[in-house]
Amino acid sequence: MKAWLPLLLRLALVVLLVAFVTSPGWFEPLLKPLTENNAPVIYNQGSLLTLTLLHLRIVLIATVAATIVAVALAILVTRPAGAEFLPLSRSLVNIGQTFPPVAVLALAVPAVGFGEKPTLIALFLYGLLPIFENALTGLTTLPANVVEAARGAGMTGWQRLTKVELPLSAPIILGGIRLSVVISLATATIGSTVAAKTLGEVIIAGLLSNNLAFILQGGLIVAALAVLIYDGLSAIERYAARRMGREAE
Amino acid sequence: MIEIEGITKRYDTTTVVDDVSMVIEPRTIAVIVGTSGSGKTTLLRMINRLVEPTAGIIKLDGADNRSVPGYELRRSIGYAIQGHGLFPHRTVAQNIATVPVLLGWGKDRIQARVDELMTLYQLDPKEFGPRYPHELSGGQQQRVGVARALAAEPNVLLMDEPFGALDPIIRTKAQEDLLAIQKRFGTTIILVTHDMEEAVHMGDKIAVMDAGKLVQYAKPAEILANPASSFVETLVGASERPFRLLSLGRVRDAVEIGAAEGEAIPGDASQRDALAELLWTGRPALPVKGADGKPLGRVTVDGLIKRAARPA
Ligand SMILES: Nc1ncnc2c1ncn2[C@@H]1O[C@H](COP(=O)(O)OP(=O)(O)OP(=O)(O)O)[C@@H](O)[C@H]1O
Ligand SMILES: [Mg+2]
Repeated sequence: MKAWLPLLLRLALVVLLVAFVTSPGWFEPLLKPLTENNAPVIYNQGSLLTLTLLHLRIVLIATVAATIVAVALAILVTRPAGAEFLPLSRSLVNIGQTFPPVAVLALAVPAVGFGEKPTLIALFLYGLLPIFENALTGLTTLPANVVEAARGAGMTGWQRLTKVELPLSAPIILGGIRLSVVISLATATIGSTVAAKTLGEVIIAGLLSNNLAFILQGGLIVAALAVLIYDGLSAIERYAARRMGREAE
Repeated sequence: MIEIEGITKRYDTTTVVDDVSMVIEPRTIAVIVGTSGSGKTTLLRMINRLVEPTAGIIKLDGADNRSVPGYELRRSIGYAIQGHGLFPHRTVAQNIATVPVLLGWGKDRIQARVDELMTLYQLDPKEFGPRYPHELSGGQQQRVGVARALAAEPNVLLMDEPFGALDPIIRTKAQEDLLAIQKRFGTTIILVTHDMEEAVHMGDKIAVMDAGKLVQYAKPAEILANPASSFVETLVGASERPFRLLSLGRVRDAVEIGAAEGEAIPGDASQRDALAELLWTGRPALPVKGADGKPLGRVTVDGLIKRAARPA
């Protein structure tokens, strides 16, 4: 395949996505056949652009929080002083993952009320595991020789962490963040059931009024976001890994 | 001066370094040889406290090496780790600059030092400085590893098989460079090697280790002439002994009065090289010239053969 083709495809997807959320009216003829009885074709209870931005915002906040907590936890349990907490932290994070998202929402609503908060909690809990697992893998599979060389050069524990261990495991940690973002993008749609403003609103409206066009446009926007973000983060990962002479997996 | 006193390292029940005592005089090179797993690396790493000994004391210039924090100690000691251990995410220039950066040197001083070392090790700073380690050959990586150890001009240098991956020509050059640096800065060096040739050539003294024990620690000529055990004898290589002995001496010291035909050999060539030249050209004697080109006399096959014999 020619090198410019994938780039062109990505660019086309970005253009299409931006056009769709800013001027959904242009696409009305395309989606028209999916509706019956003159039902509205384009979601009409809020702007798609606003919902998309809110959707992205909630994912961003949850991912940043999950990244900070998961990486901090992984750093802690890979230090000699924290080693005994390794099994415990692993099972805690795993339990967070086995809880179904809907159950997390149901439990969180009585505690924090309807809206963004319960969704943020669910996304945060779901985001933790992949990042934690990857950070753990990254920090425990560092080439021993390189870490020893860092000690041998006279780096302190903190300098080794920030100058050697974290940069070296960055591509693997990024891989965890990428997984976590994609999971969150999908899970955030469920947040609309507890009145969080996300693209899930469009899908649920479609389900309630039996409007296939709504369902499709909500789903397609989420899918396009997921593909683009996944792709972008993969590219950063590959760049980081290649610089170190490692092949990205 | 490095004083190692009764150093022992045990992992669980296995003793990896067993009650080793030795003194490395200032501004000299001590070479550690021994079979794989005999504890050479472990001994070396107890000097800069990458490994804490189970028992014993190590003193650097009279001060216990535990009197300063480990990381400070290690900044003052150059360490070329076995298998280079370069930071894969940092460029060659950044790798070499590691310790100077930790010590807070100024930018210009670091840049000048990095360029100087890269030039010394025949790596063009412009071409190789911005490269990442994986973009170098194994031998180039190893030279960068040695340059990194030398960067902060340490008084004490620990080198764990630093020249293993180098081809014979570059290895000889790297050895000469290291000797030159050592002479110029008066560095005290402890070097681990598997290459007996290198040990005899580089070492003011050679330490032979076997299963964690120091079995002999003596001048190269002494080790060659009087191996302390059959293990040392095997390690030294019985069939190589006379040639190794000759390689320790300079032609200048074997000069006899008289003249000989043909191309002259310089006085500071090794006696081994002189013998090789004699055997190869089938001549009984070679003229010898001094550094200024003046004739000094001659070396003879008979004379060299006498010198290659076991010292009385
Ligand atoms: N952290 C450790 N835990 C347990 N055993 C160890 C540890 N480090 C080294 N050893 C053991 O100590 C012994 C000596 O190891 P060392 O690395 O000092 O050998 P060496 O002489 O440098 O060998 P080589 O020539 O192969 O580099 C080996 O048997 C090794 O398995
Ligand atoms: Mg070793």
